[in-house]
Amino acid sequence: MNDNTYDVIVVGAGSVGNPAALFLSESGLKVLVIEKRASAGQGENKAAIGGVRATHSDGAKITTAIESLRIFSTWKETYGSNIDWKTGGYCFPVYGEPLENTLKSYFPIQRSFGLEIDWLDAQQIAEVVPGINMEGLRGGTYSPGDGQVSPLKMAAAVHAEAEKRGAQYRYHENVVGYIIESGAIKGVVTEKGKYFAEHVIIATGADAALHGKMAGRDIPVVPDSHEAGISAPVAKFLPPLVVDMRPGPEGKTANFYFGQASGGQIIFCYTPKPAIVGNNKDNLSEFMPILAARLISLIPRFKNLLIRKIWRGLYPMTPDGVPIVDYDPEIKGLIWAVGMCGQGFMLGPGVAKNLTSMIVKGQPLLPPDVQALYSLKRNFHGKTEAFK
Amino acid sequence: MSSRILNHPILGSRTGRKVWFSFDGRQISAFEGEAVSSALYANGIRIFGHHHRDNGAQGIFCANGQCSQCMVLVNKKPVKSCMTPLAEGMVVESLDGLPPLTDDEPISGDPTSDVFETQVLIIGGGPAGLNAALELASFGIKSIICDDKGELGGKLSLQTHNFFGSVADCYAGTRGIDIGHILSDKVMQSDKIDVWLDSTVVAAYWDKTFGVAKRGQMLLIKPEIVLIATGARERTLVFPGSDLPGVYGAGAFQTLVNRDLIKSSDRIFIIGGGNVGLIAAYHALQAGIDVAGLVEALPVCGGYKVHDDKVRRLGVPVWTSHTVLRVNGHEKAEQITIAAIDKNFKPLPGTEKTFDVDTVLVAVGLSPVNELQTKAQEFGVKTFSAGDAEEIAEASAAIFSGRITGRTIAREMGIDTTIPSEWKTLSEILKSRPGITWKDRPQAFTSAVIFNDYGRRIFEMNPGEFSLTTGRFSSDFGVEKSARDGEYSLESFMKNAELYKTRTERELPVHPVIHCVQEIPCNPCTMACPLDSINIRGSIMGLPEFTGKCFGCGKCVLACPGLAITLVDIRQDPTRKTARVTFPYEFLDDSPGGGKGVLKITDIEGEIIGEGRVISVVSEYRGDRRKLLTLEVPYELRNKAAGFRLRPLDDESVPEKTETSDDPIVCLCERVRKSEIVAQIRAGVMDMNQLKATIRTGMGACGGKTCTDQILRIYREEGIDISKVTRPTVRPFIAEVHLGDFLRAERKDNE
Repeated sequence: MNDNTYDVIVVGAGSVGNPAALFLSESGLKVLVIEKRASAGQGENKAAIGGVRATHSDGAKITTAIESLRIFSTWKETYGSNIDWKTGGYCFPVYGEPLENTLKSYFPIQRSFGLEIDWLDAQQIAEVVPGINMEGLRGGTYSPGDGQVSPLKMAAAVHAEAEKRGAQYRYHENVVGYIIESGAIKGVVTEKGKYFAEHVIIATGADAALHGKMAGRDIPVVPDSHEAGISAPVAKFLPPLVVDMRPGPEGKTANFYFGQASGGQIIFCYTPKPAIVGNNKDNLSEFMPILAARLISLIPRFKNLLIRKIWRGLYPMTPDGVPIVDYDPEIKGLIWAVGMCGQGFMLGPGVAKNLTSMIVKGQPLLPPDVQALYSLKRNFHGKTEAFK
Repeated sequence: MSSRILNHPILGSRTGRKVWFSFDGRQISAFEGEAVSSALYANGIRIFGHHHRDNGAQGIFCANGQCSQCMVLVNKKPVKSCMTPLAEGMVVESLDGLPPLTDDEPISGDPTSDVFETQVLIIGGGPAGLNAALELASFGIKSIICDDKGELGGKLSLQTHNFFGSVADCYAGTRGIDIGHILSDKVMQSDKIDVWLDSTVVAAYWDKTFGVAKRGQMLLIKPEIVLIATGARERTLVFPGSDLPGVYGAGAFQTLVNRDLIKSSDRIFIIGGGNVGLIAAYHALQAGIDVAGLVEALPVCGGYKVHDDKVRRLGVPVWTSHTVLRVNGHEKAEQITIAAIDKNFKPLPGTEKTFDVDTVLVAVGLSPVNELQTKAQEFGVKTFSAGDAEEIAEASAAIFSGRITGRTIAREMGIDTTIPSEWKTLSEILKSRPGITWKDRPQAFTSAVIFNDYGRRIFEMNPGEFSLTTGRFSSDFGVEKSARDGEYSLESFMKNAELYKTRTERELPVHPVIHCVQEIPCNPCTMACPLDSINIRGSIMGLPEFTGKCFGCGKCVLACPGLAITLVDIRQDPTRKTARVTFPYEFLDDSPGGGKGVLKITDIEGEIIGEGRVISVVSEYRGDRRKLLTLEVPYELRNKAAGFRLRPLDDESVPEKTETSDDPIVCLCERVRKSEIVAQIRAGVMDMNQLKATIRTGMGACGGKTCTDQILRIYREEGIDISKVTRPTVRPFIAEVHLGDFLRAERKDNE
């Protein structure tokens, strides 16, 4: 076994690859992580706003997210470092009957996978979300087990723990090809050299389709983008992450969401309608005015917030809004962990646990019927995820 | 207790309407429209709040809208006090910890979408931006100037001193404040230039628009070309205690003192011997603020020698080859401790000195403000820069740079014009660092008189007709010409002069002495002399020479920006025991030297050489505010006397009261200490974005403007090649914007 040979090579030190490196090295495996950027978590990981929820409509995602939440919420006890975990739940306030019915219709499946979620009336919502516009407020859903984490701190903490356990990270290095022999992965080629392993995890986020090409695969992941921003910190008043599912009156937003980070900053984002497809991450002039109108109409006191920074992050979308976490059907040893649909950060640790099991035990953590939802061979044009 | 400068020798006094406002419930008054920070300072309030992380005291730091150390709550809204004009009845509260969001009053409004189109967007209404706009207007090109302050002129509004440079090209000899008014008047009269004041350009967007925060409203400008003329911000220096209120930039000090006429301090100490630090020392003394000293790490101050000499003559101790060790004090600067350093800039134990001061000014250089430039270029907007945003230099250079860039943009827009080659030459000269310093430079104050054997005066030369420095001789009277036309060596002249029996030299009865011995780009003295007797050979970098006649008008004394010309008059005392020397004088006290009217006189570099008796302080009857101080001095000192002391003798070192933590705060916004950064670097962090993630350096309100350079310096100290360190990503917004400003509400303000 020469120096360039590893048990596992992880391509991408992002929301998925980075925790995968940690859990794999925790299992005693020799892990190499290859990252094109300067350090871990510098791609879409740091563009995440840090909300972590198991409030999904799809069993695979609910199960994975519950595992993620377990890791996030116990991180400090387990590893000692601070990732700014804040428990405060997720709240979906509701102003219209159709949405009330839709959200309530997911309760059975959500609860069946172990999600704690309830309906709160308008008064209760106003207690959870102080200052919320009460006009027409019917109530909303509240899932107290969900929470928030600092994506920046998480990436750095995971990286530090993984390195402690022997994982090696190579930065500023682009993978340019995959070594595939007799239907099995043998290693990867970068601009700087070749590295060998029996197992390769591709966790390249928005670059998934590109890496698919390199491996001779058609990976149906197309990024679109969401812009986000953060304010200067203010005194704590908002426990949950809030999602307003209403389309905006301006006709350009499908929904928007925000929360108060543990440091006091308000962090926010909206889903553009129609989606802005492509890799561009530069800021658009229309984002803040639209977002401001939405935030202030929901919670007027936000008008005095000082907005500090804005950025645009990519949502690597699959056609049905569900990630791909699967063995390659034709290339032995190659695993795809891509298409996180903008939820890579919250799903990442759970996905990483699953990947670790897939390599160490040869089978996923998830039961087969649930795991099938993440399949690369599934029909991507069936039903779509409601909370994508 | 008011801390205002009631009368300033250059600026006079401030007038305006006084209004009442409250600070933490206490009713106080200040001038309407002045910065809230200055209004608080004027009322003796120096601490504006306490940081939410460690309860560290916060106060003024940049006074320039760049940092956010001066945040307060105004009517419950967190704002930068230095950028907020005071209005009657304002409720101002100190910001202790995090600001609460308490105002649930709804506001209505649609998302803003107003886009203003223009040919050229000029960001920054200082010397470079204003001149560029004027140049563009002369070709009929329309521009919008955005400036974040309430009036045009940029840092010219702080420059109470006369400018260096070229009289014809950049208003040399005129005070910066006056240049600011001249330029801004011209700009305001132009129908091609749209001026947006109180307008901070905070973002460049992918759709080629620029976001402007203008008086509580976010607007968009879509230009064909953008000119970045945003000037510079002050560099900082990290040392124990550098975070204490009372430690701030020299520019911030000048803003308080010269723009707002606030007596910010009683006694200051200055770190850094560049022009900014040296001038700040002079400005302090003019404002009646004592300067306990100035430290400079290098063996010689980097600023112009005329500034260095000027402050030394007035009695400010200039400690070269010294550094600051720490600033001590509880919640504010109370003492500074300095020490001598060795060749490797390491402090020498046992050389520490401590002085009691209430303010420490950091003047360790400037760095360009150019955050928007890279992004604008990336997005395909044609982008130019001028002035300090392009290259740090004197304001005189910025004035000229704006003009050249204006014309360059005009050409870019298809105007058929050229840029004269002499502009470029002059531009380079204006940006030059000081040249050679001449030691013991000979000066010609004497006329040579040569008599023939019969006692008849056959030849008389005025100074300069024969220059001792070059051997050049312009008269052909009585002396054989040498081979080279008009040039005689000193030797050949003296040989010829030997032909005659007697030769005497006679000092001109009244003449200037030019104490300007360092080559700098400057020429106002040459324009001041009505007899055209002061000239500079070659470019304006040359040293001026007095050549010819003088009738003692004193105009050169009034004109020299460096205060480096005196006028010697030997006519008053036929016994030749005393002579009168006239000095430039820019202080309020018209009877200096106490009851006896006696002042210590000094040589060029501030060594005391004797005493002089005050004869008169005369105000110039028209034009500038500089006065002429005439002293009677011992005859033999007349040509050596270059200045007079105003400060008492140097202060003795005092014992240190307390010692601040040896682990200084590097990132002021997030209160990150040096040890935390060092630990990360030692753990192998090479991406400054990862530092942001783990210890939050550069994540605060200023967005890393202040600490990024300091962190790179720490990387260097740790022996790391900083070319391998990944720089932090810069994102919008350049300055924080209130969320409500993105709504097009009913216009709050229709000025």
